[in-house]
Amino acid sequence: MKITYPHMGNACIAIEAMLQKLKLEVIPPPPISKKTLEIGVKHCPEFACMPLKITMGNFIEALDRGADTILMAGGWGPCRFGYYAQVERDILSDLGYSFEMVILEAPDSRVSELFRQLQALGQNVSIWEAFKALKFAWHKLQVVEELEKKISYVHPRALDKRKAENIYDQALREIKETQDKEEIDQLGISCLASLDQLALRAEEPLRIGLVGEIYTVLEPMANFRIICCLGRLSVEVDNSIYISDWLNDHLLGGLVKKSHRRELVKCAGPYLNYFVGGHGLETVGSTVSYAHQNYDGVIQLGPLTCMPEIVAQSVLKRVSSEEGIPCMTLYFDEHAGAAGIQTRLEAFTDMLRRKKLAKAAMY
Amino acid sequence: MKTVGMPRGLFYYYYYPWYKTFFNDLGARVILSSPTTRITIDQGINKAVDETCFPIKVYFGHVQELCQYDLDYLFVPRIVSIEARSYICPKFMGVPDMIRASFSSLPPLIDITIDLSRSQRSFKEELYKTGQLFSKSRRRIKAAEEHSSQELKYCQTIAAQGYTMAEAIDIWEGQELTSTWDSDLCIGVLGHGYSLYDQTISLDIIGRLRKMGCRVVLPEVLPGERVENEAATMPKRIFWTLGRKMVGSAFSMEKMPEIDGIIYVACFGCGPDSFIGEIIERKLKGKPYMMLVIDEHTGEGGLVTRLEAFCDMLRRRRRQKIEDNLPAYG
Ligand code: SF4
Ligand code: SF4
Repeated sequence: MKITYPHMGNACIAIEAMLQKLKLEVIPPPPISKKTLEIGVKHCPEFACMPLKITMGNFIEALDRGADTILMAGGWGPCRFGYYAQVERDILSDLGYSFEMVILEAPDSRVSELFRQLQALGQNVSIWEAFKALKFAWHKLQVVEELEKKISYVHPRALDKRKAENIYDQALREIKETQDKEEIDQLGISCLASLDQLALRAEEPLRIGLVGEIYTVLEPMANFRIICCLGRLSVEVDNSIYISDWLNDHLLGGLVKKSHRRELVKCAGPYLNYFVGGHGLETVGSTVSYAHQNYDGVIQLGPLTCMPEIVAQSVLKRVSSEEGIPCMTLYFDEHAGAAGIQTRLEAFTDMLRRKKLAKAAMY
Repeated sequence: MKTVGMPRGLFYYYYYPWYKTFFNDLGARVILSSPTTRITIDQGINKAVDETCFPIKVYFGHVQELCQYDLDYLFVPRIVSIEARSYICPKFMGVPDMIRASFSSLPPLIDITIDLSRSQRSFKEELYKTGQLFSKSRRRIKAAEEHSSQELKYCQTIAAQGYTMAEAIDIWEGQELTSTWDSDLCIGVLGHGYSLYDQTISLDIIGRLRKMGCRVVLPEVLPGERVENEAATMPKRIFWTLGRKMVGSAFSMEKMPEIDGIIYVACFGCGPDSFIGEIIERKLKGKPYMMLVIDEHTGEGGLVTRLEAFCDMLRRRRRQKIEDNLPAYG
């Protein structure tokens, strides 16, 4: 069996680690490129949301490189994601690929079920080994996310931004290749140390909260590397979503870490009082919470036609005026262009800077 | 007498007789917005976020119209689910919140949550809460609820005779409609009721097809059980109620010899439709199939041309079939 999986930001680092510990041969999809998207667009329904198209491109590129098994997550609605795997399987079969599709889902968030699925997937692994595989992957993810948080602090403040980017990218590459826990920790520590040594500007950067549909937020190729662009504009970005949060809430039933979802639901309450699929409720809740923490602004990301984010966007108008926080929504599809996005980011951050100055002058 | 405003959009097309009977029986007057016009659409576009699907924009337009009246309540339910283990669509789950955020002065909203995905109990509680706005008597509320269900069933039997839900509602309200349409073709037409049966949204696709000599078969005439069984042939249960109904209806229609072709009317920007249209297209091998995607910019001319071309093609196929079946030395 040669297994592959869809890309989503740095998730590949953890997924690959887990699959290897399950003693599987892994054929990772090549990094997402323009070509990946083109392939996906060609074979997916025109009005499908972007994550479907990109992951479809991943699968085709991986199958063409010899993969014969696809690992995918499932779900039970209300949004399209719950039917992704089905649609993708049908399209790939019609294209003539022969492959197995393994769909991980935890019905009613039962973790035991997930373990069982993982064990069944592995090559002769005991339930203990399956557990260890998951634990190892989780550990790797923790280290990666610590670096993600650090870079989001350092990057906007660093005088030499390219250097900060290089240190970070290099560390991620090395962690990805490493299968030893101690070594991973060591790599993490030394990356943090090198980032700490960079010279920083004295001036406090603008602070923006990033909210929206999870895939678009986490996958740089789906959002024109917005976090990096903002960092280069000297804006500190707080990411409202991390992969571990998503895994924790959706697949692991909140088992491994304390979820702050409850808090967000409470924040969203006065504006959006119901789960609307995907990340809609979290988008609204996080925006309110950023307003409470005096952030300068919020940017909402989503694929075009994303239903939960459209609901959230409709509500954000009101959040923005009542909580006094500027919000901007960016939708992405295959026709979006990097230049257009860059212009909108610059205009938005300029506006925030002027606002911040005006506020400072008042006191 | 208390007045309840009701937008003529979304699930009006599936549930109006129920809603109206319920409020009337409790002594309230229902004020319905007028049929959709270009003005409704423009008002909706004005109020709703650009990226929203067409039917939600139109719904907003109806809300805007109702805002002009002096209403005691505006009825905009949050319809999460109308059956076990299914949903309508994420947007339906946020409708009251979107409306609250988009209109500055609104009458008090009756935004009860209709969620039958797990149990009937919470739904009954919600209904009771609503009923209490108009009557203190639990018995009266219960009676109103039962009566409403009967009226809805009655309206559904009218639709089962081949009327659209919009026509069935008119007949249920006491209007006389004729049902004789000359036809030489028979076409199955699928789509979400609130776009298909709204003559302005759908640019009256059904009326046009009838005028072109087609008998139109709609999902509401098919026995529900058969539709469910056909839909159940999908490897994974489709968790959108309307989507499942459309897939099941398409598969049923494929097996009905009298049906010449199938048209799916999808809304631009509709999430579920983007998948359902695709599923039907891939699985439907035995009959001509056309998917029409409509939005506020769809022009009449282009639509008519496509409908005519489709009908011409079906007629050609039909002639071909008859000729093929003629005995060789006739
Ligand atoms: S949340 Fe958005 S991107 Fe995800 S499946 Fe739903 S519509 Fe698509
Ligand atoms: S099902 Fe489609 S058309 Fe209906 S509200 Fe949802 S997105 Fe809009």
